[in-house]
Amino acid sequence: MTTKLTTNAAKAQATKLTVLGEINHMEVDIAIVGGGAAGLAAANAAYDAGITNVAIFERETATGGILKQCIHNGFGLHRFKEELSGPEYAAREHEAAVERGIQINYQAFVLSIEEGPLLRVISPTLGMTHVHAGAIILAMGSRERTRGMLQIPGTRPAGIYTAGTAQHMINLEGIIPGREVVMLGSGDIGLIVARRLAYEGANVKMVLNRSHFSGGLRRNIVQCLDDYGIPLRLLHTITNVYGKNRVEAVGVSQVDKATKKAIPGTEEIIPCDTVLLSVGLIPENELARAAGIVMDRGSKGALVDQTYQTSIPGIFSAGNVLHIHDLVDFVSEEGEGAGRAAAEYVKNGGAERAEVVEVVPGSGVSYVVPQRVTPAAQGKVLMRFRVRNIYKKPTVHVLADGVEVKKFKRQILIPAEMAEIKVDAELIAGHKTIEVTVEAGEPNE
Amino acid sequence: MSEKTYKHFICVSCPVGCELEVTMEDGVATQVTGYTCKRGIEYGIDEATDPKRVVTSLVNVKGKQMPCSVRTNQAIPKRLIPDCVEALRGIELTPPVKIGDVVLKDVCGTGANVIATKNFD
Ligand SMILES: Cc1cc2nc3c(=O)[nH]c(=O)nc-3n(C[C@H](O)[C@H](O)[C@H](O)COP(=O)(O)OP(=O)(O)OC[C@H]3O[C@@H](n4cnc5c(N)ncnc54)[C@H](O)[C@@H]3O)c2cc1C
Ligand code: SF4
Repeated sequence: MTTKLTTNAAKAQATKLTVLGEINHMEVDIAIVGGGAAGLAAANAAYDAGITNVAIFERETATGGILKQCIHNGFGLHRFKEELSGPEYAAREHEAAVERGIQINYQAFVLSIEEGPLLRVISPTLGMTHVHAGAIILAMGSRERTRGMLQIPGTRPAGIYTAGTAQHMINLEGIIPGREVVMLGSGDIGLIVARRLAYEGANVKMVLNRSHFSGGLRRNIVQCLDDYGIPLRLLHTITNVYGKNRVEAVGVSQVDKATKKAIPGTEEIIPCDTVLLSVGLIPENELARAAGIVMDRGSKGALVDQTYQTSIPGIFSAGNVLHIHDLVDFVSEEGEGAGRAAAEYVKNGGAERAEVVEVVPGSGVSYVVPQRVTPAAQGKVLMRFRVRNIYKKPTVHVLADGVEVKKFKRQILIPAEMAEIKVDAELIAGHKTIEVTVEAGEPNE
Repeated sequence: MSEKTYKHFICVSCPVGCELEVTMEDGVATQVTGYTCKRGIEYGIDEATDPKRVVTSLVNVKGKQMPCSVRTNQAIPKRLIPDCVEALRGIELTPPVKIGDVVLKDVCGTGANVIATKNFD
């Protein structure tokens, strides 16, 4: 007797058989992991630099990555001189790739990066494939931190989501996750979801933030919280979750600014049916780590030089997988930089790697990208970094082997907003270490 | 004699985020301080008198599970946001939908159109 299989099961089995049975091979000049803003821009720039055999491997059924679910406006002011929504920005980048005939593989999951370099990819159409590439660009984006990483005590009822999951439910599935909402963390996704929920008639009771500064952009605090009268409680956190099947309430406590710990005895019970966690994003770097690419503990991304090349020659990294960005315009710019550099690598091989200058974060700075500058650097070297605290009228100092070579004045620097400086390559060359520090001009409150 | 009142805003026209103070006399903004560039003056006056926002929302598409994302093609007065969201609630689009298609003309008499920001075949 033959067993009857549903179409899906049959398909799954067929895929499995291909996996076990045979491995297909594909050769490309440049292989790109991820088809979000970074991957699309990298592909287009590589193509424009003369390398036409470029392939994107995207695990989802469409390109665009996180942009697909960001239906709010605020994208593309720099790149298109127009304020677009996320899907519109993604559509423009996608169309540019289609015009160039970039090969886009959907539902193509990159399993690992192996020596060669090659990618092990699996997809319903390609089966199990080894993609042999002249160069690889990592553009896997980021994922959200979750409750597991935060360790909130209490029961484990339904009604607890990350803000990104809630955003996906609302914007792509049309489901409202709850009516009475408390949000932990004030990352940008959370702020934007809070506004969406307010539109939909839900009551966002408060947004809590462990530290004394918000994790989100100021414009989002104004336009998503202040506009709807949603209180932002700094130095507060959730210390308990109550409810059997569904969340019924949370315990909210004050946080000591110095110790960063909840203050016992300050817990207040806030009834709610939904808890959203918006405690930030982290680069999605399992593949890179497994491949032995050297990582930066500050940025949580790969350690790269000014061309976005990682510690493994021919492998580049750009976008949220390299470090978390607030603005997609800069993600695209970085993707283009990586795309051009990868094209150059395919054409002329790797540049001399000896005598690289190390770039390190100094006082007040949590990380700097790039972490290395090679002797090939010319003109101005763009350095992007984040600060650890709020600094008013600060000065950014650039020290070469301990001696200041350049300084920059800024109006304000805050941890939620990425900062950048451009330093002459000549000032960097010949030194061992470049250190970037920040010093407040006015005292902080 | 008219009463002077003061309103405080953070200018979000650019990442600098200047702290603005707008002087109000009889409902009219008479002075803006704290800005670094001209845009801050305009922002301060708008915020103090009639703040405007681009509205983004979702509408249903016939025969599709996924809703279509939409936005106003220009900022509309903030006070009309609930009306605008309400006006969109009953709408159902028929595919194909193209980015830029007008979903609702002159929403709430603002002169702004609501346009689709996603394609559907
Ligand atoms: C909620 C939110 C709001 C934002 N708001 C704004 C804003 O208002 N204005 C603005 O300019 N910017 C905003 N940003 C920032 C900006 O949108 C993002 O930084 C940018 O889109 C990230 O692009 P990316 O390509 O690096 O990553 P992603 O968009 O995450 O793309 C990564 C892609 O890689 C794929 N992938 C991952 N691993 C694999 C694998 N192993 N195999 C195959 N494919 C894989 C994923 O499926 C995904 O498609 C916002 C971001 C968020 C999260
Ligand atoms: S006033 Fe000018 S410089 Fe200051 S935040 Fe507004 S736009 Fe930026």
